[in-house]
Amino acid sequence: MIDTKIKIGELELRNPVMTASGTFGYGTEYKDFVDFRRIGGIIVKGTTLRKREGNPYPRLAEVSSGILNTIGLQNKGVDYFIEHIYPEIKDYDTNIIVNVSGTCPEDYAECAEKLASLEKIPAIEVNISCPNVKQGGMTIGVNCAAAGSVIKAVRKAYPKTMIVKLTPNVTDITEIARAVEAEGADSVSLINCLNGMAIDAERRKPVLSMVTGGLSGPCIKPVALRMVYQVSKAVKIPVIGLGGISNATDAVEFMLAGASAIEIGTANFIDPSVSMKVAAGIEEYLERHGYKSVREIIGALEVSE
Amino acid sequence: MLKKFELSLTIVENKPLNNSFFKLILTHSEPLPKMVPGQFVEVKVDNTPSVYLRRPISINDVDYNANTLSLVIKNVGDGTNALSKRSKGEKINILLPLGNGYTLIEKGKALLVGGGVGIAPLLYLGKNLRSKGVDVAFLLGFKVKSDMIDLSDYEAVGNVFITTEDGSVGVKGFVTNHSCIKEHYDMMYVCGPTPMMKNVAKEAIATGTECELSLENMMACGLGACLGCVTQTKEGHKCVCSDGPVFNINELILSE
Repeated sequence: MIDTKIKIGELELRNPVMTASGTFGYGTEYKDFVDFRRIGGIIVKGTTLRKREGNPYPRLAEVSSGILNTIGLQNKGVDYFIEHIYPEIKDYDTNIIVNVSGTCPEDYAECAEKLASLEKIPAIEVNISCPNVKQGGMTIGVNCAAAGSVIKAVRKAYPKTMIVKLTPNVTDITEIARAVEAEGADSVSLINCLNGMAIDAERRKPVLSMVTGGLSGPCIKPVALRMVYQVSKAVKIPVIGLGGISNATDAVEFMLAGASAIEIGTANFIDPSVSMKVAAGIEEYLERHGYKSVREIIGALEVSE
Repeated sequence: MLKKFELSLTIVENKPLNNSFFKLILTHSEPLPKMVPGQFVEVKVDNTPSVYLRRPISINDVDYNANTLSLVIKNVGDGTNALSKRSKGEKINILLPLGNGYTLIEKGKALLVGGGVGIAPLLYLGKNLRSKGVDVAFLLGFKVKSDMIDLSDYEAVGNVFITTEDGSVGVKGFVTNHSCIKEHYDMMYVCGPTPMMKNVAKEAIATGTECELSLENMMACGLGACLGCVTQTKEGHKCVCSDGPVFNINELILSE
């Protein structure tokens, strides 16, 4: 019997596989395809203090081995989540983690504080790839001071496990990772989407309503893997890896690079039961290589001097 | 809500219907699950590097006696082109059934209005309405004669009225130029290009006829998770895949 358990802060995962925010709804959408008892957790759709309508259509563009999206954090707000969605999903037999977004430290903290009262939510993932309205719309997660002030505020308001999701659209992701670690993050997850763009040459128009959008899918995996490798060397807190993971081999690569757990995102759109398959495939890898515990492969990459 | 499945279906037949439309007839080793008219499937396109997402395709027909599912597809890009080349005996991975179907009236008279490949889901709808005893008529619009397909399956269900933009077959112009649209119906069901659906909706509003439209948007998950395929409704953004694809015209914002 292989030990597949992973601990992230106080969060206990039965295996290292979680589904990424924005790609798995509230879990409900996938209940015909996934046995939730076979995955470590579900990170639900990005939730904000107030309701957001999101961006206009078109919100998606298909590219080679991936997609661009500009959803714009459409959600009904944290109060709606607590009142209407939480009761529906709280008894799912896996960890339910809420992804939290905002536009200023106060909004993040208020949203996190509301979620802290929910018994069946053991952790939050703080998305700092959002524009800061108080600083001219600059993305919070590209600046150590802005990211640090958001995480400091959330830490005060939220006593349970806090994961911070990092944007890759920075010059040095390890600096941001260190900054949020210093403010009390229990873990960092990376990478969020890469900034990208698609153009319709026939119409001479951008494909997406907001012109640019977030790139995800297998095409971003090499970038994600490199960043997970760098960040896991730069911080002491556990790293959660994501970015284009589509099968168990991809997941194992992220763990070898230093990730303690992984998230599956865009691949859910192609294969709705992929999360379950990846969890089983990791176990198969461990067995084939004679490991007793999944924890043995975290950062086990052999790099010659 | 009907249970959704991921199935590996076998191609019984892949036949071209005209220059750009083709019909995939698929079967399964087990009995096919329950699907209702207006629902759709998401087809995985293998071995095509430029294609990453599944392709949403409406349900053209389900024959539970023969255990077959038919999809009528228009070849519009790399994904549908790859599907058009798949052969008998090959397997296709499909998620089904997705979305919500049309509201089936129990009696009276229905006009089923389709444009281009939008005629596809109206066959299964027509058959279901007919079996309830509803008087079914089709009003089908095409650009030119070469866009038409053999309509004998439709003719077996009800009267078929045709319009073509160049007048090569039927009434010249758009579906809204056909006099049959002015008659009384208990319900109008529409699937086709957005401008056509908006114009039919205006007719329905003018005559006070109940009317449902089936929308098509760029989609990823098909399950209501990614929120990529939204349309603007009176209650804000709704997912075409999971809140639709069928919407009552009263829910939608049809201006502009």
